[in-house]
Amino acid sequence: MTADRSQGRATRESFVADTTNPVTFTGNRGLDLEEPLIFEQDAPGRCGVDLPNVELSQSRLGGHERKGEIGLPGLSEPQVVRHYTRISRNNYAIDAGLYPLGSCTMKHNPRLNERVARLQGFADIHPLQPGSTVQGALALIDELAHWLKTLTGLPAVAMSPAAGAHGELCGIMSIRACLEARGDARKVVLVPESAHGTNPATAVACGYVVEELRSDETGRIDLDGLKSRLGPDVAAIMLTNPSTCGLFERDIVDIAAAVHEAGALVYCDGANFNAIVGRVRPSDLGIDVMHLNLHKTFSTPHGGGGPGSGPVALSAELAPFAPLPWLVHGDDGLALVEHGEGDASQALGRLRAFHGQMGMFVRALAYMMSLGADGLRQAAEDAVLSANYVLARLSSTLSVPYAGPCMHEALFDDQAFKDTDVSTLDFAKALIDEGFHPMTIYFPLVVHGAMLVEPTETESKESLDQFIATVEALVAKAKAGDAEHFHNAPRLAPRRRLDETKAARSPVLRWRPPEPETQSKEQGTKAAKDVKTGDALAASVG
Amino acid sequence: MRYLPLTDADRTEMLSAIAASQIGAAGIDDLYQDVPESARLDTLVDLPRHAGELEVSQAIGAMAARNMPASSVPCFLGGGAYRHHVPAAVDALIQRGEFLTSYTPYQPEISQGTLQALFEFQTQVAMITGMEVANASMYDGSTACAEAALMSSRLTRRNKIVLSGGLHPSYAEVVETMARFTPLEVVRNRPMAPMPGVHDTSALETAIDADTACVVVQQPDLFGVLRDFSKLAEVCHAAGTLLVVAVPEIVSLGALEPPGAYGADIVVGEGQGLGVGLNFGGPYVGLFATREKFVRQMPGRLAGETRDVDGKRGWVLTLSAREQHIRRGKATSNICTNSGLCALAFSIHLSLLGEAGFTKLAKLNHARAVETADRLANVSGVDVLNGAFFNEFTVRLAKPAVEIVDTLAERGILAGVPVSRFYPDRDDLADLLLVTATEMNSTADIEQMADGLTEVLA
Repeated sequence: MTADRSQGRATRESFVADTTNPVTFTGNRGLDLEEPLIFEQDAPGRCGVDLPNVELSQSRLGGHERKGEIGLPGLSEPQVVRHYTRISRNNYAIDAGLYPLGSCTMKHNPRLNERVARLQGFADIHPLQPGSTVQGALALIDELAHWLKTLTGLPAVAMSPAAGAHGELCGIMSIRACLEARGDARKVVLVPESAHGTNPATAVACGYVVEELRSDETGRIDLDGLKSRLGPDVAAIMLTNPSTCGLFERDIVDIAAAVHEAGALVYCDGANFNAIVGRVRPSDLGIDVMHLNLHKTFSTPHGGGGPGSGPVALSAELAPFAPLPWLVHGDDGLALVEHGEGDASQALGRLRAFHGQMGMFVRALAYMMSLGADGLRQAAEDAVLSANYVLARLSSTLSVPYAGPCMHEALFDDQAFKDTDVSTLDFAKALIDEGFHPMTIYFPLVVHGAMLVEPTETESKESLDQFIATVEALVAKAKAGDAEHFHNAPRLAPRRRLDETKAARSPVLRWRPPEPETQSKEQGTKAAKDVKTGDALAASVG
Repeated sequence: MRYLPLTDADRTEMLSAIAASQIGAAGIDDLYQDVPESARLDTLVDLPRHAGELEVSQAIGAMAARNMPASSVPCFLGGGAYRHHVPAAVDALIQRGEFLTSYTPYQPEISQGTLQALFEFQTQVAMITGMEVANASMYDGSTACAEAALMSSRLTRRNKIVLSGGLHPSYAEVVETMARFTPLEVVRNRPMAPMPGVHDTSALETAIDADTACVVVQQPDLFGVLRDFSKLAEVCHAAGTLLVVAVPEIVSLGALEPPGAYGADIVVGEGQGLGVGLNFGGPYVGLFATREKFVRQMPGRLAGETRDVDGKRGWVLTLSAREQHIRRGKATSNICTNSGLCALAFSIHLSLLGEAGFTKLAKLNHARAVETADRLANVSGVDVLNGAFFNEFTVRLAKPAVEIVDTLAERGILAGVPVSRFYPDRDDLADLLLVTATEMNSTADIEQMADGLTEVLA
């Protein structure tokens, strides 16, 4: 059957691809919709909720009533739904594509986890309910702790830390409390120069002086250098294993032995635990304390920057110093120890108001039960396999600073861009135009123009191949001399490169209402040529 | 296994590519060659094998079923976590994968959704607290409070932190924990049961000296008491001391004068009451607001407005020279991951409420609490101790509060928070119960609570 072309709307036979970049009246571009701030959509009298009218004969606020207006905008529910739907579409997400941010473990976030975390029995219980009414919640925390203890080989786990860095605080504080109990807190924490910035920041928050450890030529901690530095002033080493270079610290057992010999303790940043789950128990490496990122290794979603959850696994020696509350098995089932008395007399105080990130615990346990002992090990192996596959396939395209095999992430430097006038940043921005989230860039600091690729185990081979082919094509383009392409990237993202210097030099950290007089003038001059970009608002903040 | 896309054929093919490269590893075990032999696990750890969605749902559902959801019974619990109705749109929107499954917005060109939402969140928090600027969230109210104490010390170069006795004891403990290995000295004033007509701040004023970095107060305080802090603010500022105001029940700011209006230098809050839900204590969302001139000493992330190369308005993370990933050991805080998705939920809820809804919600809360207080005041053996309050107040019972609460829980009433849960050693507080009523509490709830108390106190 042939199409009736007389209707006039059918595809023209001589269809020509349109390569122009048309300017639209609205600023919208098809499905890409420009969206003003909620404050710019205010109309008095609109509201997105219906609440009963309140009859109150006499206020009991004792003269503390709010006097002025707050300034919050009024929007209806459909406007609010549309607002957040529209702006959400300006985000890249693991749901949409490969998100190979090294050190961040952007793996698939199973939706079963979301469903069970929302069960009323978890989402709608109050942290201060009597223990008899929350036995199931305590049992879930206990079960999760059991999985974490089994996987780390460490005998205790502090559940309350809210994120990785909070877990670091918990871990270093417990080390310090333990050393104080031994009689000397000591002064120095050793941190490899490749470490996450949170490590030195944490050690300083616990009153320690940080000294950096140099890496050896293989990207690992220099064992002899470490041994020569160890002494009675060193409290701990904070290392990341696998390291931020994506390498397993080969000498870890000897490192731990030397540290222990010197009377110090070993803290492990568990950000990269995903590589070794079910294949290596940190306790067998000599690690005394380690935080686990449930939002990395155990699939709880990152949510655009949290919430995370950072339980801390502890050795028997450090366990008495774990922060409150403790979960214990008592005569009436599970109970929380909330005050530092009895067995808990050496406990650190609270690190946060309540017991932990319950919503994240439910998600993480659902993930772990789904994969099980066999699946968790397989996931670690697939993560390592995928990273090594990327490393192998790209080793002749990009420059590899440290020979493989790697663990769960592949590290490259910017040698391949030498003499191309393309920087690591330019390259990352070009990947955006190709539909990928860039890898982690300029971290770790020990490698020039670092690019750290962590594909995770939840990418298909097809997806990895597409990424590899794209990187190859872009490197060829850079080497062919088309630096311009990279300098102008991204062209196809919701925004092109943003002026970060301007943002930091004259910070505009909130919306403010436009000045009444200037409002109409600004609207008149700006609106026509620059729809809804809010010039008047930026100008009013000083 | 459903979360793992690689097939055995894929794995074989990938391994041969690796074997052919300079890596040269022939099998998975070779990829782990750097692990010391003594630490290699050859067998599976002693945990259950993988399970299907149905099995996992059933097992976790069984644990959920052993808890008593607050909405299934009359519930009058507060004490730092507050039960409010969260509109259905909030959860639907935060479950969009674009928000749920994105990372911290390090690549701003493809993270404008998160960045715009954070900019709006910062603005909303600044507005309701009456402050100039707010950050993109902390873990919870208590950690925000501790960060405020540390920031005060940096700003004033002083070491003494004075905590009001009305500050939530868990917040006070977090400040103490965070200060433990620093030069900071934390002074906690003694918590006192509310006394009619007594709500002055003289005990705090006299605690201020030349080394006091800040005074931390709470509004409404642990016992629900409301105070005028404007004189305290004057005394603080005359002494070069900062006033930190903690607001654990954020809905109160729909009805009460914002701390910025009575001289607060830093306002910290718990945002859980909007958008987030109870969640057995976490995840929650810490709010942190201050004066513009202090912004470079602020902890945490900040979204800021800028332009792209085409002149279009956009947002980036800014002033990151304060933060650990740039400044490392000299950062203002070690915080990295914060509470982004909870901040989004907070912001969406507040967008739905708007000015009219937020103030009305607060009024409704107050009305329910007034109704509850008046009804309980008629129960023999119950004394309502507060003159003024918002949605939480303290009652003195004729018996130890913890016994009453446990007995009523068996009858399906969550009666409130016994003060002894926080202060088990304070006999003088053992008969005090914190009672909160929100828009979730019906008149029938209040009657059940009053009847229950009447019976167990008889």
